[in-house]
Amino acid sequence: MTGAHSLRAVGRDAVAWYGGLALLSVQVARNLALPPSYLELVARQIDIIGVRSTGVALIAALFTGMVLALQTAVNMARFGAEGYVGPVVALSILRELGPVLTAILVGGKVASGITAELGSMQVTEQIDALRALGVNYLKKLVVPRILAALLVFPLVTILADVVGLIGGMLVVVFERDVDAYLYWNTIAYWVVIRDFLTGIGKSVVFGWLVTLIGCYNGLETSGGTEGLGRSTTDTVVQVAMAVIVSDFFLTKLFFFLFW
Amino acid sequence: MSASSPLVVQVRDVHKSFEDKRVLQGVSLDLEKGTTLAIMGGSGTGKTVLLRIIDGLVYPDAGQVSLFGTRIESLREEQMLPLRRRAGFVFQGAALFDSMSVFENVAFPLREHTKQSLGEITDRVHRFLGLVGLPGTDDLLPAELSGGMRRRVGIARALVMEPEVVFFDEPTAGLDPTNARLVAELIAQLRQGVCDTAIVVTHDIEFADMVADRMAILYGGRFAETGTPAEVHASTNEAVRKFLAGELREG
Repeated sequence: MTGAHSLRAVGRDAVAWYGGLALLSVQVARNLALPPSYLELVARQIDIIGVRSTGVALIAALFTGMVLALQTAVNMARFGAEGYVGPVVALSILRELGPVLTAILVGGKVASGITAELGSMQVTEQIDALRALGVNYLKKLVVPRILAALLVFPLVTILADVVGLIGGMLVVVFERDVDAYLYWNTIAYWVVIRDFLTGIGKSVVFGWLVTLIGCYNGLETSGGTEGLGRSTTDTVVQVAMAVIVSDFFLTKLFFFLFW
Repeated sequence: MSASSPLVVQVRDVHKSFEDKRVLQGVSLDLEKGTTLAIMGGSGTGKTVLLRIIDGLVYPDAGQVSLFGTRIESLREEQMLPLRRRAGFVFQGAALFDSMSVFENVAFPLREHTKQSLGEITDRVHRFLGLVGLPGTDDLLPAELSGGMRRRVGIARALVMEPEVVFFDEPTAGLDPTNARLVAELIAQLRQGVCDTAIVVTHDIEFADMVADRMAILYGGRFAETGTPAEVHASTNEAVRKFLAGELREG
């Protein structure tokens, strides 16, 4: 009885969460066209989301590229296919690891920060104060963050791609004595622009999704400081899950559309 | 208060529940221009919810709400914004923007909604900070203010756009007697100058007697009594008498 009851409650919460997220998404899209435009707020969010999060994404990309090259080189040598290390590393990074790791790392950091900020505004009635003063809070608080993320996530992903490939090169050159030209030449031969663009396409979707989750959980925060802690940790988990799960479906979609 | 006074607020048969708790069960009220209405009742009777419904911050489950003659119960958030700009709302916890100074808090609505120069904004902010008795506090952050000061900054922020009506949510609650009296005197004084139409939600009977032309006692999700302060004090309704005697507890 209690089990069925709590299962029903979980189901209801899940439906409310997905529904709320979809609704916020629609509201944001509608508000994009409304005045005022708050461009300076978008610029500020680009600074917060992008500039201050790039370091962590690039360090992760560097070491991911390195470990990927190491694993591939050692194991592909067993099949005598060490010459293909470059393209394998490049495809993995450009198509998957660049956008996904960036979204999880930058996204987790950014979205939990957004949830904490909007959540504390919510529990102290500051969002209601904005509304009561006749200010469009979606336009003021949510839209700039999402616009900034739509720009920043692809840009950071491009940087992460480049740094990841360089990391791979460092390993094959210094660890495996492979010629750097061979590494880049095989990449240039096997990897096409589509591989790069699908990764960037993913990062745009991730940017939207991650920021939306951060904003939604912040706006839905209730229950004072305890509720704020809960919604912030929820955001970290949900962002990671959302990126990993949606990555599969985006991959499927891109293969369907562009292969 | 002639019958021809335009209605600033009109509420008809409003219902509101949260989860299983039925808070409002058929509330109606009219607010005419030039009138201050005190909505009173024990804690948890839905006074604040009613005030939020009137300002469009919360949607009612059923019933009609008009603000400045416009039905708002089915308006979208962005359609509600121009109406809310004509009304001021003073929150119980002041709800100041905690990352902004006192000056920036009061200047915020002017910066958002007007194209005034910095000089004009500064003059106006100083005028309203003076009005609430807080000159020279420009650079303080909300965290550095006492509860009473915060409340008064909140009042200055709500008034700086010179709204046609002001909604006060428990303006004296949680303040020490001196600060509570200061805020009460301030609100009474506003009636002569800046804004003569207001709804005050309170459980403080003394304060309500000081500022209100009309009173409404909320009990059991409905108004148990409405009328002038004299009429309400003379009420024979059991719940009203108990509330006025300070014996009514509902939560």
